[in-house]
Amino acid sequence: MQPERQGVEVTVLVSVGRHPVTGRARRADQDARGLEMALGLERRLPGSRINLLHAGPGSEENESALRGYLGMGAGTGLESLTLLEQPDGADAIPALAEWLAAATPQLVITGTRAERGEGSGLLPYALAEHLGWPLVNGLAAVEKVENGVATLLQALPRGQRRRLQVRLPAILSVDGAGPAPRQSAFGPARRAELEATPVAAEIDHELAEWAMSPARKRPKRLKIVKSASARDRFKAAAAKAEGGSGQVLEGVSSEQGAEAILKLLREEGVLPR
Amino acid sequence: MTEILRRDPRRERIARNRLHPEHLETLAQEGGCTASAWMGPNGRMRKDPHAKGFIGPNGLRRLDRSGVQQGTSMAAARAAGVAEQRPLVEVEAPAFLVAVVPDMAGGRLTGHDRDLLGLARQLADADPEARGAVLAVVFGTHKDEGLAEAGIDRLLQLDAPGFEGHAPEARLGALMAVDQAWQPRHWLLPDSPLGGADLGRRLAVRLGERPATGVWQLEADAASPLGWCCTNRGAAESLDIRRPLPRLALALAECAEPVSETRHAVHGVTLPETLPSQLVRIEDLGMVPVDPAGVALSEAEFILSAGNGVRDWAGFHHAARVLGATEGASRVAVDDGHMARDRQVGATGTWVSARVYLAVGISGAIQHLQGIQSCDKVVAINMDPGCDMIKRADLAVIGDSARVLEALVALVEQSREERRDAA
Repeated sequence: MQPERQGVEVTVLVSVGRHPVTGRARRADQDARGLEMALGLERRLPGSRINLLHAGPGSEENESALRGYLGMGAGTGLESLTLLEQPDGADAIPALAEWLAAATPQLVITGTRAERGEGSGLLPYALAEHLGWPLVNGLAAVEKVENGVATLLQALPRGQRRRLQVRLPAILSVDGAGPAPRQSAFGPARRAELEATPVAAEIDHELAEWAMSPARKRPKRLKIVKSASARDRFKAAAAKAEGGSGQVLEGVSSEQGAEAILKLLREEGVLPR
Repeated sequence: MTEILRRDPRRERIARNRLHPEHLETLAQEGGCTASAWMGPNGRMRKDPHAKGFIGPNGLRRLDRSGVQQGTSMAAARAAGVAEQRPLVEVEAPAFLVAVVPDMAGGRLTGHDRDLLGLARQLADADPEARGAVLAVVFGTHKDEGLAEAGIDRLLQLDAPGFEGHAPEARLGALMAVDQAWQPRHWLLPDSPLGGADLGRRLAVRLGERPATGVWQLEADAASPLGWCCTNRGAAESLDIRRPLPRLALALAECAEPVSETRHAVHGVTLPETLPSQLVRIEDLGMVPVDPAGVALSEAEFILSAGNGVRDWAGFHHAARVLGATEGASRVAVDDGHMARDRQVGATGTWVSARVYLAVGISGAIQHLQGIQSCDKVVAINMDPGCDMIKRADLAVIGDSARVLEALVALVEQSREERRDAA
């Protein structure tokens, strides 16, 4: 009997990020978190293989940013990155979908949104639709992978977590709740291999037609008080933030006070079961 | 109360006689008159310019133009009640539909949902000749009373058990059925982590649309196919992209003003066909209990916060553990070394957005109150009934904080014990 192969084949989709202050190319934060998650998976499941995949132009600036991911793989099995070379402004989705359909990894991990370009966060969804694979968003951790089924932790707002089970192959997208990425080592990043394969490019004409400008500051919403009298409007504008209609329990025993508080906590549903 | 008006000649006489000792009280009871204006004997309004205002506490005459201080009559109160009721707008035969899928976190419309419905109304009401209707698709049961005020014309409620929890595939199937049944001209979803962002993108790729994501501005534009042009955020909030509005848009919070002037008929609708069963590839195994101490203070849902009035720190930490609350502190408690710096709530610490904020022994400095501005419910336990925190709190208990917390912990533990015995 053959020993069951424990490892999984993981492809991490990486992109070129943008430093929020300087605007320079760097490794994208969410993609780096995704890679960190894949590296953690590899440590737990020996025999796993990690592939890095990027579709885009192979300019010098992009290459140094992409090597930032390779520098995270020092001391692990991660050694090379597949670069599907496309001209600027080309649509990455068909190229990636074609490559993934041919390579058939079990898990594809991506960031949620790109830091450059349109950044609509649509790529994982479009890939999932192309390939017909399930997609889980907002991943916090991969708990285990067994018999072609992965158990995952999904991050929800307010620090909550939900456990999900998904059949492989699947696409997982990672946002800020993923594990913080390790530092990138410069030497291994220089030495690592970058396999560039030119692919057919479909130029994204629609994107080229849109008008893009640096983000304007959004106008702050004003508190509009609809009232007939000037006095009411002035009072509303000058009012301090106060609850106003609060209930005050004075001269009650601590048990009665505690009961009132407990009632409110139950109504709001914040107490754990 | 009967609406038949009855005349009382004696009271009318008193109301006419300004020198009568009961003149003012009678005027206040009579409808339509105040001390400064009344109906004269031959039907004309008479005004007394000297009777305006009231005498303030220091003996000076004060004018109050809001009309609150002068005798508010029954008729005025009735009129106010009618004014509060917004006019009902019904769209009988809509020219098109604007489909909105609100998040409905906890069964209620969020602020983001209301903004989105405001945006939907903007799209629906743009052309008074051919008005559209706003169709809201709500998954699960809703507890919100204000759906009509939020601007919903048609409500499709889908509360099959298959839509509960994380069920993107089932929800997507239902939305596709909606699309086939009614062909809405616009689809609007909130671009929010509560589920709208995920569902909207799934729907977009299934419909084969290229959605506008992060929409924050909308302008009429005759050159675009749908007659609208939108501005959306792209590239990690660093780009503004101006493009024609596609059929499906995911909008940010504050994309439009919520509906404030009209009320809408929330007509329930049902899908013409039953939904086909979906292949479920993502299985929801339920929520995972998280360690409240590990939750970031800024996104914690329930915070137990300690201030200068707390003496029994062991009891406080124990209470936080039992209640499952994230611990917070005021600046004084942090400065004194009782709590870590990253637990500080307030202007110099963390701005929190908890649903329930339980403040123990915090007097409520203005910096602290700023930090808890966006909390929904504030509960205060304090010794001093005059402090600012009590004024802000929705529920305040005046008493020894250690004793009240102890009693609260005992109550919670007791109820858990009972439930365990019952199970």
